[in-house]
Amino acid sequence: MGMATIAGKDVHVNEEGFLTEFDEWDEDVAAELAKNIEVEMTDEHWALIKWLRADYQEKGETATTRRVQTAGGVPTKRQFELFPKKPAKKMAYIAGVPKPKGCV
Amino acid sequence: MKRLLVLGAGTAGTMAVNKLRPLLPRDDWTITVVDSDEAHYYQPGYLFVPFGIYRPEEIVKPKARFMPSGVDLVLGEVDRVEPDDNRVLLMDGTELRYDYLIIASGTTPRPEETPGMADDLGGSVHEFYTFAGATALAEKLRTWEGGRLVVHITEMPIKCPVAPLEFTFLADAFFTEQGLRDKVEITYVTPLEGAFTKPVASKYLGDMLDTRGIRLEGDFMVESIDAEARKLVSFDEREVAYDLLVTIPLNMGADFVARSGLGDDLNYVEVDKETLLSDRYDNIFAIGDASNIPASKAGSVAHFAMDLFPHNFLRHIQGLKMTEPFDGHANCFIETGHGKGLLIDFNYETEPLPGKYPLPGFGPFSLLKETEMNHWGKVMFRWMYWNILLPGKELPLPALMSMAGKETADLS
Repeated sequence: MGMATIAGKDVHVNEEGFLTEFDEWDEDVAAELAKNIEVEMTDEHWALIKWLRADYQEKGETATTRRVQTAGGVPTKRQFELFPKKPAKKMAYIAGVPKPKGCV
Repeated sequence: MKRLLVLGAGTAGTMAVNKLRPLLPRDDWTITVVDSDEAHYYQPGYLFVPFGIYRPEEIVKPKARFMPSGVDLVLGEVDRVEPDDNRVLLMDGTELRYDYLIIASGTTPRPEETPGMADDLGGSVHEFYTFAGATALAEKLRTWEGGRLVVHITEMPIKCPVAPLEFTFLADAFFTEQGLRDKVEITYVTPLEGAFTKPVASKYLGDMLDTRGIRLEGDFMVESIDAEARKLVSFDEREVAYDLLVTIPLNMGADFVARSGLGDDLNYVEVDKETLLSDRYDNIFAIGDASNIPASKAGSVAHFAMDLFPHNFLRHIQGLKMTEPFDGHANCFIETGHGKGLLIDFNYETEPLPGKYPLPGFGPFSLLKETEMNHWGKVMFRWMYWNILLPGKELPLPALMSMAGKETADLS
């Protein structure tokens, strides 16, 4: 756990660089996080990121790629195109929510 | 009379009724269990059947044998739960009313959920998560002459997350003993980044794959299987070719859970992870693999949870707060081949660590280290399962995880 300055803002991050405080997120922070992992944000990216945050607020946990497909309406294939290689991890990183669990 | 209804007489459901029957006065409570299968399978044995270590008939017994007197076992398939009316409908139209409901319907492999996976099932594609699948794979391996063996996990979570690794280690040992190892190329394909879900164990287990000459293909989310060309295709368009694919299909909870509106995306019942009480209904619990708790789907988790559950249940039905929170404790022997095994011990908060696992009068067992004693622990476990665990007797193991003996130097 530590602090980082992202888009001129002091935020709490974990050892992998994920934000740990939901409310420290804003679009400027997200844009810089996206740059860190070389994701070019389009309207489609933003819509998905905002859905992921809203879903996290409602469910208390990060949606898996399966849930992004069934509840969020974005097919897994498309998630891989938008966030190559590791969509679940990359979406969560940019959205300022924890890595999805699923892995226990 | 109050009615307790349990859906599922597998590991968790059987333990629950054996523990609850003596605690609920017979003059006040009936207990009924519904299951569609008369046979109880020792599921940890599925791992050993493909290699001829256990014969199929050694891992199956009639369910009725494990039902205590005073518990009615109803054979039937559940159509749906109607939680607002406190009743369960079976496929044959039978209606079962309840005051309290425990859902213990487990999780099952669903090859049909992945395009192409079912096309060649039993041919060049196999699985060992069912009795029939493990038996068919034994037949296949008996005569298989080598080639590219791919062991594959479709998506997490799966029942017994260490079983695919164990299968891989046992396959390496099996082919070595058959004098075939140089004709078999083994690849381990997983949607995870590494060999296992948790970092410290993942490193140990990943090194063990390396030393056995087993290639790891990580971050692989399968989109489809091309049964004709014999290859796995991922969403990011990677391909892995096989001559024999042993896959762990997508695991899902029972379909009636979805029909009853009680499940998440994978039909797991949404419950509080400490008490196993439904998030929405105050008289419905889900135990064992059927729930969505963020713990391994494994018999050991069901067992530790069932050490605490009866106490909580008794308090809950009296309107009292449940005071024995479950910590997600899991404890798994991992077979590594050639008569050795590993042991891991962990919970919601603490990942598997190296060190010692104390066991009064018998142990300690070594954690995350290959020993013969860990193998014998696993071998003995079959007897303990039938004779101690299922009948609900006490094992001398603490229900909650302990840090005693664990080394924390590997934690960053």
